[in-house]
Amino acid sequence: MSLTAVSTTARLPDLSRVPAVDEVGVNERVARFQSRSIKTTAKAEALRMILSMIDLTTLEGQDTPGKVRQLCQKAIHLHDSIPGLPHVAAVCVYPNMVAVAREALEGHDINIASVATAFPSGMSSLEVKLDDTRMAVDAGANEIDMVISRGAFLAGEYAYVFDEIAAIKEACGDAHLKVILETGELGTLDRVRRASVLAMHAGADFIKTSTGKIQPAATMQVTLVMLQAIRDYFYETGRMVGMKPAGGISTSKLAIHYLVMLRETLGQAWMTPEWFRFGASSLANDVLMQIARQATGVYQSADYFSKD
Amino acid sequence: MATPENKLAFDGGWDYAPAPESTDHARIDKRYGLFIGGDFVSPEKGRYFDTINPANEQKLARVAKGSELDVDKAVKAARKAYAGPWGRMKAKERGKYVFRIARMIAERSREFAAIESLDGGKPIRESRDIDVPLASAHFFYYAGWADKLEYAFPGRRAKPLGVAGQIIPWNFPLLMAAWKLAPALACGNTVVLKPAETTPLTALKLAELIADADLPPGVVNVVTGAGDTGAAIVTHPGVDKIAFTGSTGVGRIIQRALAGTKKKYTLELGGKAANIIFADAAIDQAVEGIVNGIFFNQGHVCCAGSRLLVQESVADEVIQKLKDRMETLIVGDPLDKNTDIGAINSKMQLEKIDSYLEIGQQEGAEMYQSSVSVPKSGYWCRPTIFTGVAQSNRVVQEEIFGPVLAIQTFRSFDEAVEKANNTPYGLSGGVWTDKGAKIFKMTQSVRAGVIWANTFNKFDPTSPFGGYKESGVGREGGLHGLDAYVRLEA
Amino acid sequence: MVAAHERVPVAKTYKIYIGGKFPRTESGRYFALEDKKGKVIANVCRSSRKDFRNAVVAARGAQPGWAKASAYLRGQILYRVAEMLEGRKEQFVHELTIQGSTERQAQREVDASIDRLIYYAGWADKYQQVFSAVNPVSSSHFNFSVLEPTGVVTILAPNDSGLIGLISNVAATIVGGNTTVVLASEERPLSAVSFAEVLHASDVPGGVVNILTGFRSELTEQFASHMDVNAVVYCDGGRKVAKTVQEAAADNIKPAISRRGVDWLSDAGASPYLIRDTQEVKTTWHPIGT
Repeated sequence: MSLTAVSTTARLPDLSRVPAVDEVGVNERVARFQSRSIKTTAKAEALRMILSMIDLTTLEGQDTPGKVRQLCQKAIHLHDSIPGLPHVAAVCVYPNMVAVAREALEGHDINIASVATAFPSGMSSLEVKLDDTRMAVDAGANEIDMVISRGAFLAGEYAYVFDEIAAIKEACGDAHLKVILETGELGTLDRVRRASVLAMHAGADFIKTSTGKIQPAATMQVTLVMLQAIRDYFYETGRMVGMKPAGGISTSKLAIHYLVMLRETLGQAWMTPEWFRFGASSLANDVLMQIARQATGVYQSADYFSKD
Repeated sequence: MATPENKLAFDGGWDYAPAPESTDHARIDKRYGLFIGGDFVSPEKGRYFDTINPANEQKLARVAKGSELDVDKAVKAARKAYAGPWGRMKAKERGKYVFRIARMIAERSREFAAIESLDGGKPIRESRDIDVPLASAHFFYYAGWADKLEYAFPGRRAKPLGVAGQIIPWNFPLLMAAWKLAPALACGNTVVLKPAETTPLTALKLAELIADADLPPGVVNVVTGAGDTGAAIVTHPGVDKIAFTGSTGVGRIIQRALAGTKKKYTLELGGKAANIIFADAAIDQAVEGIVNGIFFNQGHVCCAGSRLLVQESVADEVIQKLKDRMETLIVGDPLDKNTDIGAINSKMQLEKIDSYLEIGQQEGAEMYQSSVSVPKSGYWCRPTIFTGVAQSNRVVQEEIFGPVLAIQTFRSFDEAVEKANNTPYGLSGGVWTDKGAKIFKMTQSVRAGVIWANTFNKFDPTSPFGGYKESGVGREGGLHGLDAYVRLEA
Repeated sequence: MVAAHERVPVAKTYKIYIGGKFPRTESGRYFALEDKKGKVIANVCRSSRKDFRNAVVAARGAQPGWAKASAYLRGQILYRVAEMLEGRKEQFVHELTIQGSTERQAQREVDASIDRLIYYAGWADKYQQVFSAVNPVSSSHFNFSVLEPTGVVTILAPNDSGLIGLISNVAATIVGGNTTVVLASEERPLSAVSFAEVLHASDVPGGVVNILTGFRSELTEQFASHMDVNAVVYCDGGRKVAKTVQEAAADNIKPAISRRGVDWLSDAGASPYLIRDTQEVKTTWHPIGT
């Protein structure tokens, strides 16, 4: 498969038409989301929704099959002492751990997401990236989290980045493609917006903020800009694209702010795990502690919730 | 642009539960006298009126109706304080009193915020995050000027004017009291303040606070009442200066009434600001700017961006985004922390707004309101936009003072300037573009006292505020706001 | 009568000055200016409301261009006016004396007038720096306040001063980018008309200064009430005049600036605060971000 063959099916959009982004205005809007007061029933509902949207993640060099199996158990049994909890949306692992996860999650309706494309830097050839992707898909991943070539993007080689995404999309087959922009390396919100537009036009099913390996990872600011890009793309094409902020979201309070932002930017249709995910490793337990507190009225200790 | 398939849906699904601000900490007396000479006293003629909560039309308190006799008493008390302790006090000591007021407002901010929202209908988010902190900040800012006036007026010596009569509006009751009192006191004047008829409570609470702060009796006097009480202040011969914020109509009457007297005056009056959006603007932030421009404080804002001028090539996009954004605005209980748009301040104001909704439609404009539900009792207006309006329409020309936006399009820079300036007002304006040179050209071309470029409805104690043309005379805030309360000697 | 061997002098026709032209009043009316002995010195135009209206149109038309001229240029132009006046000193001294000043008084007034023009010429590119501000707001915004000309300013020039009062008020007004319509002293109108000729000979664009002669009783209220005038300056009169001016000014909320009782020959007539009187403060906000 050649790059040119792909680019005939999707076209690089005119990025000069992407609206400018004013950072201060974005900060002000984010502050408004944060000033929403989510209490009682709204909070209870939100906490459960957050659990169901989590991509429970382990992406470390020291990951082993044992660690991944434990993570999968956590995904299935978040906290059995509270009945009726949803399970997470997916587990997210490296390609060589996909098979382990697949076996561990057998019979459960939990997706397997795999990072691919020379994650996290993406500093490799397209062929290696395609192989990486195919390997994960073949091992049973039904979601692929790819990284864009930030170097090429910053150098203005938009067509290269676009074609690469389109090629990976094709390699994904039926697997959903999440495109990681690694916003912490893009530097400005204007670039975040342009990269979002580029990724969606190239075929992304989801756009995702970060690998979690670079600081800053997800922020409400970049997520807002990406949500607005999704909305504009939806206005234009009618196609829904999902959103996944990843990294740095570890408290329920912050996750609820994200839900507020989602609700007020894209509306109700996006408020499901099908269209919104949190990429997080420690968020689930904080949410569980909040749910327990709401149920018991007593503030909780982390010691009572399994780490994984 | 929108088709049924690509329409966003904001209804149904996850919604915010009520999050009411508690009012346990807010003490409102059943009845308030007039604050004259450091004490609360009964009005001479014994008359009172009700102040109500516009969100449920229930009575909050009885408030004294000040007569000419009361105003006379207040002016005399102010004169006595001016001739006495306040006039003799060293500037730096005077400043410390003003600092003290700033700090005490901050300490009691929750109480002030709750009462402001109860009495005026504005959302608690705004009274808590904007009105009250800004009021405190104004006192803090001007307090520091008290002993530094020689640096504000090069080559001149600044002297206080004497007794200032200050008449404030109902849209920012506490904040406007702060805008008026802080510079007046810092410059060494004494004051007779009249809060608006529909929103007297936070000014009365401020009077309590000022008494607690131990200011000498008579330095600040608060006389509540309606228009005739204000008129008594304006015409009282013992008043040296009038500061008024309110409608251009009343401002004109005051200016006439002061003709031939030696009273100085500042007037902060109406507006019909254009918020101008160019195609190269940061569109999503511009849409926020439109929302903040017209829906902030129910549109009860003299500097509201009540006219949207949007470049034709992005008009559809901007209007679609604006409509979607309007769907997320919550109208209702002012004390709910999630409320974006509270109650219309009074029945009279609601009737006025409603009459403009009629007028707009009769003039042939297309009216769109968000689908939000509003409570049954109380005074409410959904966020409203008019499209298809002409420059000659009354909804474009006249100040509505409600959450009602008139939208026009333009093609060129010059056309935008011409439309923006084609109004008797000149208080504020907004410009949205990503091009720096264009911003400066536009900010120079729009004839208005405050220009928000790529932002809107921002306020700060250090930033002068006030209008050109029929929007008023003089500035409040910042270094330039000192002018209103001093006489300059060579 | 002139003796048989003498040359007959050419008497000057005193006209008004509107939009850079010297028309007679459209009304055709005049009033006779007499010296102390009751001898007619000149027939002076008794301007009408319509003349005033035309003058405001001229002033409005000239205002944007004048405001756009660089401060440096406005300063140079005022300086040029002073140069022209210096060159015509004798004429002005003579005119003041026939209107009642002593030779010495007239000398002093003309000298002071020239100096006053230089004074304001020097302010042209400085008053903004003195009166502007960068405001340290708490949010992430750059915020600054600058002065802008208010627009068209009418001036009821001091009655008791033929030249220095007029020049002080006109210079302080136009140096800041305003244009003006002036009603000259009713008692001493001749210098104003001659000053218009000086302006005309300098580089002051037509319409920036418009000078009318005529009766206070007819024109005061007009000067204050015109809806296309942004500020009115008045220099004479008691409470009654003040009341008339201020009441009429309220029609469009224009500031009515009283400069009564100023000794224009003194330093009180020379102050940047007089420039500031006819300026608006414009405050601009802009976010600071990427």
